[in-house]
Amino acid sequence: RSLFCKHTHTHTQKHTLMSQSIGKALRAAAHVRSSKLPEELIKFSTAHLSSAPSGGMHSLPDLPYDYDALEPVISAETMTLHHSKHHNTYVVNLNAALEKLDAAVSAGDISGIIALKGALNFNGGGHVNHTLFWENLVSKDNAADAAINEKDGGALGVAIVDSFGSIDNMKAELLPATIAVQGSGWGWLGYNPKTGKIETKTCPNQDPLAATTGLVPLMGIDVWEHAYYVDYRNVRPNYVNAIWDIINWKVVEERLVQAQK
Amino acid sequence: MAFELPNLPYAHDALEPHIDARTMEIHHGKHHAGYTSKLNAAIEGTSMEGQSIEDICKNVGDNAAVRNNGGGYYNHCLFWEVMSPNGGGTPSGDLGDAINATFGSFDGFKDAFAKAAATRFGSGWAWLCVKDGGLEVCSTANQDNPLMSGVGCEGHPIL
Repeated sequence: RSLFCKHTHTHTQKHTLMSQSIGKALRAAAHVRSSKLPEELIKFSTAHLSSAPSGGMHSLPDLPYDYDALEPVISAETMTLHHSKHHNTYVVNLNAALEKLDAAVSAGDISGIIALKGALNFNGGGHVNHTLFWENLVSKDNAADAAINEKDGGALGVAIVDSFGSIDNMKAELLPATIAVQGSGWGWLGYNPKTGKIETKTCPNQDPLAATTGLVPLMGIDVWEHAYYVDYRNVRPNYVNAIWDIINWKVVEERLVQAQK
Repeated sequence: MAFELPNLPYAHDALEPHIDARTMEIHHGKHHAGYTSKLNAAIEGTSMEGQSIEDICKNVGDNAAVRNNGGGYYNHCLFWEVMSPNGGGTPSGDLGDAINATFGSFDGFKDAFAKAAATRFGSGWAWLCVKDGGLEVCSTANQDNPLMSGVGCEGHPIL
């Protein structure tokens, strides 16, 4: 099975397929609204993409693997529900909130703008968090290629040793905290740009790590029940311990390298 | 005197097809049981030992273990009781009158309750409470409940 095989999905947003094919350049151009773009193109793109400073319509990203790629740690059933239902709902509701934000901004309605902060935090956070999550998971077959160790001199190994002493120490700090999240939330490894160190952190609900804490997200573990209930029922510890074995540490390292720039 | 997991007032499969037996088994036998044992562990040897669960909830501070598990214990005790295999229909008598007075109609109450439930981000509960002689609908996060102060929802929960 190809590592790059992507799973297609159905969109519930009418224009999302169109906006995906439009591409980033045109999305950016929609904000320009200069005479450089033909009139028809401007109308077309802004019809599909929000012209508000808050940006264009968001779309559900493809998974970097098939829905069954993470078995037996996470079943195809969970991945299908989690990606095509839960994550997709965050995307749809984020776009709806951004449309309301457009309207409020255009009307100069400050109360209306502020009233949207909950919906933006929740759905924007949900979209960001899940996009990061899919990327930092890898199938068991490919996990060896995505591994790191403390002694290989790579950026992540060095940072882990510097911040925690060892990978085991980091694991011992992160996993219990993630398991202990009350209600719904996430466990994170984050890069602190002020100290240059990696930290562990948990956030409730869909609160996004960067906006909430200033840490740059390196690796997230979703502990909402929808992430594990089908496969593990109420036994969250089993899920969190199992998911440790399918973390894509190469992706985590790339994020760290970007953050350190 | 430790808190005990109450028995369900009906068989595990009594609420089917609305809630299936396996869900009831796990929800009661694992989740509620977990809140019960962790609550007992959290209050052991403290002044809360021997208090009623209502008093524990009313006086809950920022002790996370007591808040989460005490709330979880109380909330689920109430939850099992307000459901019944013989339930449904519409309320009459004092409750029916109070609902009509507060929400205009039973449908009006259903809409308000559904909205409170649907707009709660993350985990939590929707409630119908008696407050100041009237009724109020609200929601709380995680295992908070209206007996606790500062949760944006006050009164005595009845649903």
